[in-house]
This record gives sequence, structure tokens and C-alpha cells, in this order.
Amino acid sequence: MNNFKVLLNGIVKENPTFVLLLGMCPTLGTTSSALNGMGMGLATMFVLICSNVVISAIKNLVPDMVRIPIFVVVIASFVTVLQMVMQAYVPALYATLGLFIPLIVVNCILLGRAEAFACKNGPVASFFDGLGIGLGFTIALTLLGGVREFLGTGKVFGFSLMSEEYGMLIFVLAPGAFIALGYLIAIVNRLRKSES
Amino acid sequence: MKKLESSLKNMLLSLTGFSVVAGALLGWVNDVTAGPIAQASSKTLSDAIALVVPGFDNNPAEAPEEVEADGVVYKIYRATRDGKFVGAAVESSANGFGGPLTVLVGFDAEGNIIDYSLLSHAETPGLGSKAADWFKKGGKGDITGKNPGQAPLAVTKDGGQIDAITASTITTRAFLQAVNNAYAVYMRQDVDTSSGASQQVEEPADESQETDASSGASAQAEQEGGDYE
Repeated sequence: MNNFKVLLNGIVKENPTFVLLLGMCPTLGTTSSALNGMGMGLATMFVLICSNVVISAIKNLVPDMVRIPIFVVVIASFVTVLQMVMQAYVPALYATLGLFIPLIVVNCILLGRAEAFACKNGPVASFFDGLGIGLGFTIALTLLGGVREFLGTGKVFGFSLMSEEYGMLIFVLAPGAFIALGYLIAIVNRLRKSES
Repeated sequence: MKKLESSLKNMLLSLTGFSVVAGALLGWVNDVTAGPIAQASSKTLSDAIALVVPGFDNNPAEAPEEVEADGVVYKIYRATRDGKFVGAAVESSANGFGGPLTVLVGFDAEGNIIDYSLLSHAETPGLGSKAADWFKKGGKGDITGKNPGQAPLAVTKDGGQIDAITASTITTRAFLQAVNNAYAVYMRQDVDTSSGASQQVEEPADESQETDASSGASAQAEQEGGDYE
């Protein structure tokens, strides 16, 4: 499989949110606006790329029986680095994403990719897999955040597209996340079906 | 290179090795970012103080006065210009709908509210979170220029003069309680005010706390429309 195929695979065929249905907790929790969704997606992508590359580079040094704890140590280290860097240089974004940054550690996308891809492939292919899956996650979260922000407040990325009075508040709250995600998955499934 | 075997020695060595490397990396990053993190948080605070008590030339964020009352710590940041006292920003908190709600209120020397800034909260987005702008100048529940010493701030539903945030009466009550308490703490601290005035405000402040506690309970029973977190 060439690298471009690996990249596209993560964005379309194995999109973590719409197809694999992985990492639902941050997907539902942080997408109250398009910007928050994108921030969370990019943060996850950063950790995913770093952990994928490192894990594929050290895979021969890791005995099979202790691979999960070592993967978790690698992932948790990158998440903590990211958390401290964000707190220092983008405090505003850190304040909105808050608790969800440390929770990237337990996002099953990361351990899932480490197990399914990085520990069987080389660092370069793993980099592209991390990039692809990360982009797929970012696009999905931005899309979901945009839909929720528009239906809830009439804005997208903070720009007013319709009067806030017509916004349906429920889409900004937790139940709206489930409803919007359900419909988005249905639309994506329909598109995939008509393609094949 | 062949994959390492899962023998006890290998497992111990690799786990220890990776943990040490990860620990060293984290220590280094922590060292690098500790300075900027402290800077960023003190900048947020001094920006908020500059917003709520304009026109000072000292650095109020440097030495806050801390007062503890009923288990809540209030911080008073005193602002001066040319050595003259111009007002203070008071950090106060109360229990909102979703958790503690911390607010920074600016008072001038007479105790009139200049402005406020919501520092942190856990209110429902789209409902209670509107408190960030609702009580500002031009907002529907404008509190700027009011003096809690004349009459403690209260929601119209409780016989006061402040319009509550739509479907978030609990948040509004908590916010006004925080502002009233901030005022009480500020006046007791203020040496420029006569002791008679500070005693006057002490009573209504205590009273308002009691009514808030009881109204909080009744509000739970009411279960207002929108607050369903």
C-alpha cells in the first residue's frame, strides 16, 4: 500500500468518526462549535502522528506481553507535552477544551492505530496513517461542530449566518450532539453506498 | 533487528527504559513551559482587573488581600493612581447551577459597581453561560453603576430590580450573591468608609446569604424550563 493510499484510507474509507465510530467521547463533548471541534481534532492529530511514528520506530524493542503499557506511556507522554505547551502558548483554546486534552490519552483511536497499524508498519507509513486518521478525525469534528453551531446559534466559526433567535438551543447541548452525529453518519453512509 | 522475547528480564528492562526516557522528556518540557504558563495566567488576571477598574497606575495583581468568610476565599486587588485609592477588583464566587461560579467585580471608592468579568463557571452553554455579558452595560440585566450598599442586588422574581437571565434564574441568583458578597467584603476592608456604613452593609449581606440558601432549595423544586443539565 503506498503512502497516499494510507492517507486517503484514514480520511475516507476508515474515517474514525463516521466509519470506525471510535473516540465518541471527545467527538460528542467538544463539538459545541466548529472552532472547538477543529482544535480538538488538531490536538488529537498531533498526538496520533507522534505516537504512531515513535511506536513504529521502537516496535522491535517492545516485548509483546508489555506492549500495551509501553504504548500508553508513549501516548500519555505526548498528551502531557501537548497539554503543557497549549497551556503556555494558547491559553484561550486550552480553557475551552480543558478536561478533554488529558482525556486524549484514553481516546481509543490512538491505541487502536498503535495496535492495528503502527506496530506492524514502518515509521514513514505510520506517519501517513497518523496524518490520515488525524485529518479524518479533524474534518469530522469540524463538520459536526459547524452543524451544531449553525443549528444552535446561527453562526459558523463565530460568523453570524442567521439571527440567533432562530437557533435551536438543543444542538449546543449534549442531546443535540447525538442527534447531529446520527444524521451525519446516516448521510455519510448513504453517500458511501451510492459510490459503490 | 529481531523482536525482543517476552522474558521477565526483557520486559523489566524495556518498561523501565521507556518510562525513564518519558519521564526525562516530561521534566524538560515542564521546565521550559513553567515560565510561560505562569505568565499567561497572570496576564489573564491583570487583563481582567484592567477591564473592571480602569485608570490605575499600580500593579494590583501583585499583592491581593485575601479574606475568608464562610469558607469562601475572597481576593481584593486594590487599585491606586498617583498613590490615591481609586477602587478595587474583588474576586468572589458562589455556587451556580453547574458548579462554582467565579466572578471579578470592580468597585469604585464609593462602592458603585464599575464592571465585572466572569472568570470561570460551569453553567449550561447557551443558557447560564450568558452571564458573561448579561449584566454588562447595555445588557438586559445591567448592574453597572449600581451600589449594592443601598439595596442588595436581587432578581425581580425575588422582589429585586435585576432581570434574570432567561431560563437561568439559579445562575442569576448565584451571580448576584457573588456580587453582593464581594461588596460586603470590600466595604469591611475599606478604611476610607466610616464604620457606620460598613455595619449597615454587613447585615443585608448576611441576610441575602440566608435567603439565597432557601431560594436555592425552592428553585430546585420549581425546575425552571431550560435548566436541564
